Amino acid sequence: MELHELLEIARAENSQTKPIQIRCCTAAGCLSSGSQAVRENLLTSLEAAGLEQQVEVVGVGCMRLCCQGPLVEIDENKSHKITLYQQVTPQDAPKVIDSIKGKNTTLKQQDLQHPFFTKQLPIVLENSGRVDPERIQSYIAANGYQALYQVLREMKPAEVVEVITKSGLRGRGGAGYPTGLKWGTVAKSPGAKKFVICNADEGDPGAFMDRSVLESDPHRVLEGMAIAAYSIGANQGYIYVRAEYPIAIKRLETAIRQAQRLGVLGTNIFESPFDFKIEIRIGAGAYVCGEETALMASIEGKRGVPHPRPPYPAESGLWGYPTLINNVETFANIAPIIRNGAEWFANIGTEKSKGTKVFALAGKIRNTGLIEVPMGTTLGEIVEQMGGGIPDGGMAKAVQTGGPSGGCIPASAFTTPVDYESLSALGSMMGSGGMIVMDQTTNMVDVARFFMEFCMDESCGKCIPCRVGTVQLHDLLTRISQGKGTQNDLHLLEELCDMVKHTSLCGLGQSAPNPVFSTLRYFREEYLALIKQ
Amino acid sequence: MKTTVPVRVNHIERGDKRLRMLDTAIKRCQYQQDALIEILHRATELFGYLELDLLLYIARELKLPPSRVYGVATFYHLFSLAPKGKHNCVVCTGTACYVKGAQEILTTLETFIQIKAGDTTPDGEVSLMTARCLGACGIAPAVVFDGEVLGHQTAQSVCKKVGEWQHGTT
Repeated sequence: MELHELLEIARAENSQTKPIQIRCCTAAGCLSSGSQAVRENLLTSLEAAGLEQQVEVVGVGCMRLCCQGPLVEIDENKSHKITLYQQVTPQDAPKVIDSIKGKNTTLKQQDLQHPFFTKQLPIVLENSGRVDPERIQSYIAANGYQALYQVLREMKPAEVVEVITKSGLRGRGGAGYPTGLKWGTVAKSPGAKKFVICNADEGDPGAFMDRSVLESDPHRVLEGMAIAAYSIGANQGYIYVRAEYPIAIKRLETAIRQAQRLGVLGTNIFESPFDFKIEIRIGAGAYVCGEETALMASIEGKRGVPHPRPPYPAESGLWGYPTLINNVETFANIAPIIRNGAEWFANIGTEKSKGTKVFALAGKIRNTGLIEVPMGTTLGEIVEQMGGGIPDGGMAKAVQTGGPSGGCIPASAFTTPVDYESLSALGSMMGSGGMIVMDQTTNMVDVARFFMEFCMDESCGKCIPCRVGTVQLHDLLTRISQGKGTQNDLHLLEELCDMVKHTSLCGLGQSAPNPVFSTLRYFREEYLALIKQ
Repeated sequence: MKTTVPVRVNHIERGDKRLRMLDTAIKRCQYQQDALIEILHRATELFGYLELDLLLYIARELKLPPSRVYGVATFYHLFSLAPKGKHNCVVCTGTACYVKGAQEILTTLETFIQIKAGDTTPDGEVSLMTARCLGACGIAPAVVFDGEVLGHQTAQSVCKKVGEWQHGTT
């Protein structure tokens, strides 16, 4: 396929777009609230009103404010007027159509000038809630696959790596390793074959950014993977998705099929010598498989057990070949960086953390859902302004970031800008992006116990510090939270945490004590109060 | 290759349609050993759970040691070696659901149907399970009823739904 053919598809798609679009959210959150029935009823009502010539109903990806779903957005192209209705029931469908005709409506309208929307800067989510994730044409009309064309036809692999390095993009899976550096290492590693893996095993409880990206804009991830493959010299890619995300899997399968049919994946992509195929591998419910070496073992059909690094996957990964592993969100950043240039991306964010970060905002907070903000936005802005504070007049106590590997950040530190370094300094971590707000009623010792129970269950059992240590830590925390703990238990807890952190084999064990450390650091009085009893 | 295949897979006859469908899946994966997890997924889909004889069958087809197949099948949470109930109730216990009271839902439900999470009622009607995180945090607390995710649940709403299953009103 040539560029003019790609542009022709985009032109045809745009010319087909009706003057008024009714966008109906079909991501997992809204689907669970019944958006499929809403969409079907909207179609029937539209037909009954005889407005098919001017109005169309499209299923789109996540529109962010999951707690108010099902969400329906009306976009009047001519007047650029956008209206967002929330909690739309299937019975409301005729009312939505009536509102287009100009009738006054009783539907609940969401204020789009709320900080929840205005403070967002969509790069990863630029198409989310706009394009139809089940049609490649819709993605192409939003400039899709142009970055891949540009890379394959106009750039050398080393130039691509240089652009990514210059952009300052860092891995969005949690650790924040510079993406360009990783790509460069794999590109330089000698190997008869190389692989690209997209880590979509989003296991952190409270995180659903990757699910939303895959459900809302799967082609963006495929394009990012193909660009990565070209720059490191790989011809085969794998996406490792959790089995808990059936909609994401289905949309990825559709996307891969459509991309292959159109020739943007497969052999001789864009009439270049570059071949690239992508296969999906479905997880089977093991948290440890989010760790890169365990993930590769799982792709090879084995127990998802990590192995020591080095050798790093960049040198010896899948079946012993050099392998590049990046997270979904990292790949989703690639196409816009190529399209807009490294400088554009490097101008967003803070000195050491460039670009934006998608967070899944949940817990005891008024507005739960998906947000994408520039790095450096403060926790206070996110919780108080975007999140709308705590419901029922409560007070925020802490924000938990980074899942079971992260920590609890107290409300007193809400002025901290969100970036990799600041969160680490607070004893938490960026993690994949789950942000769970806790109010004054939350018992922090119990939170620590909750996460330890998680790590205890999910420990793969290979190394002893993690396998035995997490069980002992869980016992100690249970004893303390039941008021049966002693001062000695607290001492033991700290000592054992330190040991598990420094002697475990992989990230799971090394970071398992983090929730205990951070709650001890900021909420020690809660532990002491339980011991005194 | 076929000479090592057992004639009977426990209660499942050689001619069982489900076994033929499993064979098709194995063939589609070209008997590749690294496809083991995909095959186990397919077998679970077809049979509901993984009987020991079924694991042995898969081991022989893929020419893998039975220990390896058993090891993989028991490692991952989604594979079950015991039959499941007619209905499935999965309570999400991820952090967001936990903060919003998933534990209370679970405890109430456990008392209500008198089984612990991970078990099936003696009449084989309902299996109760927990999930680590469904990624439905925006509508927490979330519970899955026979594959359908419902958000904003309470202990009452969950017990009502499960009660309907038990009394056969659905």
